[in-house]
Amino acid sequence: MARNDLQGTLDLLVLKTLSQMGELHGYGIVLHIQRASEELLSVEEGSLYPALHRMEMSGWIRSEWKVTDTNRKAKYYRLTPAGQQELQKAEESFAQLVKGVRAILRYA
Amino acid sequence: MFIFRRLVNTFSRSKLHEEIDAEIQSHVEMRMADNVAAGMSPEQARRDALIRFGSRMVMRERITAADAATALDAVWRDLRYAARQLRRSPTFTVSALVTLILGIGANVIVFSVLNALVLRPLDVPRPAGLYNVVHQQHGYDNHSYPDYLDFQSKNSTFSDMAAYRVQSAGLSTRDAAYKCWYYRVSGNYFDMLGVQPEHGRLFHASDEHGPNSAPYIVLSHGFWRKHFNSDLGVIGTRVDVNKHPFTVIGVAPAAFHGADLFLWPDFWMPVVDSPDDEGAGFLSNRGMHNIWILGKLKPDVTPYQATDNLNAIARELARENPAADTLSARLVKPGLLGDQLGDPARSFLAGIMLLAFLVLVAACTNLGSLFAARTADSSRELAIRLAIGSSRWHVLRQLLAESVLISVLGGALGTLFSTILLNALTRWQPFPEFPVHVAVSPDARVYSVALLLSIGSGIVWGLLPARQIWATDSAQLMKSGAAETLVFRPFTLRDLLLGIQITLCTLLVTSSFVALRGMQRSLHAPMGFEPAGVLLAETDLHMGGHDDASIGQIRKLMLEEVSRTPGVTSVGIIDETPLGTGGSSTFIYRMGTTDFRASNSAFGAKYFSISPGYLEAAGTHLLGGRDFTWHDDANAPNVAIINETFAHAMFGNTSPLGQRFALGKKFSYEIVGVVENGKYEALTETPWAAVFFPLEQNPDSDTSLMVRSALPPAEIVPEVRRALAQIDPSLPFVFHTWPEALALVLFPARVATATLGVMGLLAAMLAVTGVFGMAMYSVSKRMKEFGIRVALGAEAAQLMRSALGRPLILLLSGSLAGLLLGVMASRLLAQIVYEATPRDPLVLAGVLVTMALLGFLTTWIPAQRALGVQPARLLREE
Repeated sequence: MARNDLQGTLDLLVLKTLSQMGELHGYGIVLHIQRASEELLSVEEGSLYPALHRMEMSGWIRSEWKVTDTNRKAKYYRLTPAGQQELQKAEESFAQLVKGVRAILRYA
Repeated sequence: MFIFRRLVNTFSRSKLHEEIDAEIQSHVEMRMADNVAAGMSPEQARRDALIRFGSRMVMRERITAADAATALDAVWRDLRYAARQLRRSPTFTVSALVTLILGIGANVIVFSVLNALVLRPLDVPRPAGLYNVVHQQHGYDNHSYPDYLDFQSKNSTFSDMAAYRVQSAGLSTRDAAYKCWYYRVSGNYFDMLGVQPEHGRLFHASDEHGPNSAPYIVLSHGFWRKHFNSDLGVIGTRVDVNKHPFTVIGVAPAAFHGADLFLWPDFWMPVVDSPDDEGAGFLSNRGMHNIWILGKLKPDVTPYQATDNLNAIARELARENPAADTLSARLVKPGLLGDQLGDPARSFLAGIMLLAFLVLVAACTNLGSLFAARTADSSRELAIRLAIGSSRWHVLRQLLAESVLISVLGGALGTLFSTILLNALTRWQPFPEFPVHVAVSPDARVYSVALLLSIGSGIVWGLLPARQIWATDSAQLMKSGAAETLVFRPFTLRDLLLGIQITLCTLLVTSSFVALRGMQRSLHAPMGFEPAGVLLAETDLHMGGHDDASIGQIRKLMLEEVSRTPGVTSVGIIDETPLGTGGSSTFIYRMGTTDFRASNSAFGAKYFSISPGYLEAAGTHLLGGRDFTWHDDANAPNVAIINETFAHAMFGNTSPLGQRFALGKKFSYEIVGVVENGKYEALTETPWAAVFFPLEQNPDSDTSLMVRSALPPAEIVPEVRRALAQIDPSLPFVFHTWPEALALVLFPARVATATLGVMGLLAAMLAVTGVFGMAMYSVSKRMKEFGIRVALGAEAAQLMRSALGRPLILLLSGSLAGLLLGVMASRLLAQIVYEATPRDPLVLAGVLVTMALLGFLTTWIPAQRALGVQPARLLREE
């Protein structure tokens, strides 16, 4: 059975975003998820940063302070090889979740 | 990498917070900029951006929570919590610290000594595989030089084998003369031990070409520094050893002092050289056992194989050579003079180590009980914490953090104090006239053991309350309050621990009393002479350059001069002071023996050469026959005086006077006198057979002049010195009173007594605090109950029984068990301390009084408290 929960979903969204965009700061990740989901999903700042920190501690992402286009200092995150693997797992696990939920919805 | 970041995060929490703040700040600013761009007013934009984050503090905590989950941080927080807890209860902290300092300190000291004397390899450059070769029979440590040569050349199991003996001599330069202790060593000695010269050169096997072929000496670093001011110019110069010329060829490294742990000799000399006429004889005499053999095993040879190998050689030698037919070999660890010191030192140290460890265990049980009591007091707080979701493991971890923290602190302080003490001990020179040092400075091994003990004891006593935590039923506890948990069960773990402690304390108290009494008795033991009131003036006539021919004359002069000195009651000469450092033994044969091989001898006996008048001066009682006279000289028939043991062993109950015995084919002696038994080498020795020869018939250059006088030493010494200086001013004399000289023989017993005394005191202190703590605690917890009892009309006696019954039962049974154990342990003590026996009314009474006093001391205050209960006030309070 696929282990999944809301936090796992947030991890998946962040990892996928970073794998598509390469390097991004926290605010950029929030904007990207909002935009890419056509405003359907909105990530709460209050949840994003603890998640980022936890993922960094787990070695999935790496961070670096850089200057943005608008000349502001920001912490940029990028995926590590371990994060790449984690993303793959998270995607599979999410696919399982979707399949499971769909099956239940069909049955109902 | 990530582990590293975690570590960094843990230890720089504030830095992490700063970084989080900066990141959030930059996020908020970007959001604000976008908001303004979307048309909000700056104030609105700011509010919107901030609201999305909520409380920044909560945010920060949520982010760092990812780190706090790591064990390291949790441990750190536990430790800080523990430190806070300990600060809050200073009485507990201080008493725990003191207990631990004593307990761990005692262990560190004893382990250091054990480590230095038994565990640590010899402090030589290549210590691996070194063994002393001694005889199979315990106590027979020395071999003859020819036996050594045979062992060395015929064995196949040792890569090399060296010989050495310790002697004293007078060393004189143009300006000064010193009495020295030195090693006479075989040429290969330095090379086998891997010693390189500090300056100049050392001698080698290739320097030896028969007797007196290598007149060289190598100075020890200490002697060179002290007496030659580290002058390199001394190398190559001539010095006189007992007036024989020797060349100083080098200086040994500062750390090197030979293969014996205690001895720090002044110089080394090749064994083939001798600074006196006696010296070369032993090189060819199989009967003179005065050589220490030190061998180095080949890398892949076990000690067993080597022993077998040497004993095979010994059997072969015995077949060819009658004088070698008692030859045998056994390997012992070097450093403690074979069995002489090794046997008692090893068993005593092991015993003391065990005791020290038990003291620590007692300390831990004390602390455990205290800690458990404290935990019980805070059981309500505990229950609340468990109820609001703290895990039992978490609570336990915090308790452990507390106990380990204080243990490590106590251990560190204890180690610090013991290091100071041990360093002082290392610098200490117990006997001014002997080059003895007890080098026991702690090393890395000692420190790691100290750390291990600290953490271990912390865990042990921290875990004692664990059962309490596991058993805590939070709902029950919070309902009924703390009193309910103190239901007194018939016997708890705490009681058992306390009982063990009292047992231990009694054991130690018993042992120290036994040792103390033994010491006291050994000072008044029948030694076969009366040391009190005797002054010794010791010298070696060879040091004055006198040859054997003139020795007799000089001695006679000395005796005459000294006996004329006012205040001198009697005076005599013996070659080796009994219970001194020397002493020789010989095989005794019955008359009619034709084959003088060792196994045909009747027994072995100590022998001494004495002058007429010695027996009187020494206070040795003549039981029958006569003393020697000046007519018993080289031209008169050979005569001897024997002791009781000798007489009994050879002649049974018939009178030995006028009978004869033999030492060899041409040497038979008529017995002219019998004296009482005496102690000759050690106070604990079993009675030896001993024989005394007249000095004139058995000359020896060692001279110990015994002067009996009623005058105090301070008055008689200058007089005797003046009298002796008239005869030969160049002769170096060492003066001391006989009781002073006996300090050396009494030294091990003194050390044992002092050690046991200190240990006993420690154990008593711990037992006192343990019993006192327990009695006090139980009384204080039951004050309300006592109040009710008194209100209901309980008598004082009844109250006492219920308050102190248990501590008293523990005291009584513990003392009894300890006394029994002490009686058994005394057998070990008897090896070191003269007549150590617990079957002594004074010892038994002493132990009982001590324990009773201890009991009284520990229960008096609690009893007063219980008796002083005021029911009205107590009942009003709640």
